[in-house]
Amino acid sequence: MSVIIRGLSRRFGSAQALQDIELSVRAGEFVALLGPSGSGKTTLLRILAGLDFADGGTVQIGGVPMEGVPARRRGIGFVFQNYALFRHMTVFENVAFGLRVRPRASRPPEAEIAARVRRLLERMGIPELERRLPEQISGGQRQRVALARALAIEPPLLLLDEPFGALDAAVRHGLRRWLRELHNEMSLTSLFVTHDQEEAMALADRVAVLQAGRIAQIDTPEMVLERPANAFVAGFLGQAARLPAMLRDGAVDFAPLPLPPLPREALVSAPDRDGPVQAFIRAHEWRAEPAAPGQANAVLRSARPSGGMLQADIALGELTVEALLPAGPLRAGSPCLLRPLTARLFPA
Amino acid sequence: MMAACSTAFTSRAADAMAAPPSAALRTRPGSLASRRGPLPGFGLSLGVALFWLSALVLIPLGALLLRPWELGVSGLWRSLSEPRVLAALRLSFLGALTASAVTLPFGLLLAWVLVRDRFPGRRLLDAMVDLPFALPTAVAGLALTALYAPNGWLGAPLAALGVKVAYTPLGVILAMAFVGLPFIVRTVEPVLRDLPREAEEAAATLGASRPQILWRVVLPALAPALLAGFAMASARAIGEYGSVIFIAGNMPMVSEIAPLVIVTRLEQFDYAGAAAVGLAMLALSFLLLLALNLATRFWRPV
Amino acid sequence: MHGGRSSLAGTLLLRGLAVLVLVLFLGLPLLAVLAEALRRGAGPALAALADPDALASIRLTLLVAAITVPVNTVGGLAAAWCITRFRFPGRALLLALIELPFSVSPVISGLVWVLLFGSAGWFGPWLEERGLQIVFALPGLVLATLFVTFPFVARTLIPLMQEQGATAEEAAATLGASGWQSFFRVTLPQIRWALLSGVLLCNARAMGEFGAVSVVSGHIRGETNTMPLHIEILYNEYQFVGAFAVAALLALLALVTLAAKMVLERRGGGA
Repeated sequence: MSVIIRGLSRRFGSAQALQDIELSVRAGEFVALLGPSGSGKTTLLRILAGLDFADGGTVQIGGVPMEGVPARRRGIGFVFQNYALFRHMTVFENVAFGLRVRPRASRPPEAEIAARVRRLLERMGIPELERRLPEQISGGQRQRVALARALAIEPPLLLLDEPFGALDAAVRHGLRRWLRELHNEMSLTSLFVTHDQEEAMALADRVAVLQAGRIAQIDTPEMVLERPANAFVAGFLGQAARLPAMLRDGAVDFAPLPLPPLPREALVSAPDRDGPVQAFIRAHEWRAEPAAPGQANAVLRSARPSGGMLQADIALGELTVEALLPAGPLRAGSPCLLRPLTARLFPA
Repeated sequence: MMAACSTAFTSRAADAMAAPPSAALRTRPGSLASRRGPLPGFGLSLGVALFWLSALVLIPLGALLLRPWELGVSGLWRSLSEPRVLAALRLSFLGALTASAVTLPFGLLLAWVLVRDRFPGRRLLDAMVDLPFALPTAVAGLALTALYAPNGWLGAPLAALGVKVAYTPLGVILAMAFVGLPFIVRTVEPVLRDLPREAEEAAATLGASRPQILWRVVLPALAPALLAGFAMASARAIGEYGSVIFIAGNMPMVSEIAPLVIVTRLEQFDYAGAAAVGLAMLALSFLLLLALNLATRFWRPV
Repeated sequence: MHGGRSSLAGTLLLRGLAVLVLVLFLGLPLLAVLAEALRRGAGPALAALADPDALASIRLTLLVAAITVPVNTVGGLAAAWCITRFRFPGRALLLALIELPFSVSPVISGLVWVLLFGSAGWFGPWLEERGLQIVFALPGLVLATLFVTFPFVARTLIPLMQEQGATAEEAAATLGASGWQSFFRVTLPQIRWALLSGVLLCNARAMGEFGAVSVVSGHIRGETNTMPLHIEILYNEYQFVGAFAVAALLALLALVTLAAKMVLERRGGGA
């Protein structure tokens, strides 16, 4: 079910939590809201669910305006950050809750509720847990119960707030793939909030990057990574070194850093006009060759092998640059000649 | 008002869900409650709570604040400056402060043992601390009187030593200490429990002796809690009636407490005079709690 | 616990002192009540309880508690709900005012009602004309008891509900539950033990209150005497066995309350 957000704003006291949010999600899409903490992503999700309220702007879900529709009438599946399972109910009762609180007229008979709950628990791979209490199961299992509970009301839209935030790395990876498959099989429309860029890249069809209450960029994971829309996105994603530089006469000059200039043709992106810029250079975009002490501009501090490459910390003047280099003769302590292959430039 | 007494509530700092006051201004009829947050019941619960509070607490206390002024300022002064009233107020306040001060080390001892020691029967002792909370004051008064009367289990040996407890100011202080003890223990206990053991262990590795650790590390950390407990115990003891009047003997000018003066004046239908003493008690308690609260703040250089 | 012999000795010394203080200072009075009540054996004590005036005082005490406890439970629940689930101007003030009755002398808690409804009170003459009696009658006892037991339920619930937060109710809302459904199926089960504990404490105080009801009662035997007041009357008439027998019954109530509270606190950490 499609979601259309137009001009959405939200203030908390003097803090602008969301500002002029424009976002359209097509039915069947899996969209990540990615941003640092405090960027407003959870607030946006809560407004969609009817758990918080906008000061301005509109939300349409499935073509229906949501203004004045309380959370309980929206029928949206919401998975809370810490799952918010009902602690006094068994897993079965948790999942059945949304069906049991329906008005008598639309409430399925108890036998059908039971069948649906069991089917869902089966689908989640946890049929054996139905009699347990939330405190008696693991974090990953709770996550599945929370998902089953949200899906029991057959929501056209699924919202997930940091769905893997409370899990350890191994469980997180397994659940991630599983959630993506579930989304496809059940033809859901899903939005999830995360601060973990790797997670957003691995799961989402499109990623919306939030910066201080605004959407800085919304694009496919590849585009967000390759063509960041502004300096914030470039800095937030892909672990790039950020260097001050000057764009003039068709080249980037890194002075006073002792780096060779880069011609404009080598750049991934750059402003049209000359002037001071910030250059973002990712780890794999560096090259370093051994050099005599007189010609060297940097010193390799330390290096360790990483998948056929060399993960190196290189001292460049007072800066330390992380570089992912092809395996070579360099070793810790070697003076070297460091140069960027390319860069993404944004006006400073 | 009694800020020291609301320490039991853990008030969380600004919650992210806070609805700004301005949000309520631009809503359509009926949606005001929903603007406060996603949950229903704001209007209903606030209405019930305000009615409950006003009808049972605010309006009656309003009467207490207003009635004494019927006497006029000079009449009010005369009413309060009767030697018998002054003596009773002095006994209630000084007695309460003395009782709390004497109880303080015992309260600290009990809190310490309950938090740091593990032994069979500890839970029973823990429950016993609340006994003065749960025991009806008249029962406590009766029990203390029986125990400390000149022919009582403890009163007889004390009398042999020449110490009279029952029917003297000492008895008043004893009863006040009895009702105040749990307040001190229960205020110090959670703070002591949260006190990191590492600080003491670090002090020990730095060569501090046990008394030094207690005096320089533990007590300063507990000082605000001890003061707060002292304040609560005093507040309770100042107003205490049931457990005191049985053992006090109630001799005017000697062992008569302020609440009893109120009762006596009411029996003589001197409503304004009774209210004057009540108001004086409230005002003095308030000043006392305010002073202790300021002292606590001074102790906690944030 | 750990450390050398001196630290073990210190621990034992402190433990011994603590036990001594508790037993001598808190335990012994309780024992004294039971001993005095049974001084002439169980017969006279039971007879004192079966006395018509004693029975009337027991009935009245139960009646007063049966009215005040539900009122303060509903009020306390409403206050806890709006204070912990919403932000509004004056919230901190409301919180402080709810605690207020705890720092007011019981005698003042009774006095305020006399000032309002006594024969020389603000509304006294008006009530008298209409033949309504509040002070020196059941309504006065109820009002005074309501005042002194006012904070108990709210005070036990608010810290817990604050800590639990609103996410469970929010989850219920996204699943389609109405406000009342959410309250009865999610909120109430989550706070049931704390609620019960608050209700028990409220009840213990309601049944045991002395100072406040003493002021508004008028001490009419068989009519406006609650159990604690009956104790005083018997004591002043030198009927010690009777006084201590009724006192022992109230002490028993306190013990049961404490035991129940201990059990409730062990259960799910007060939740």
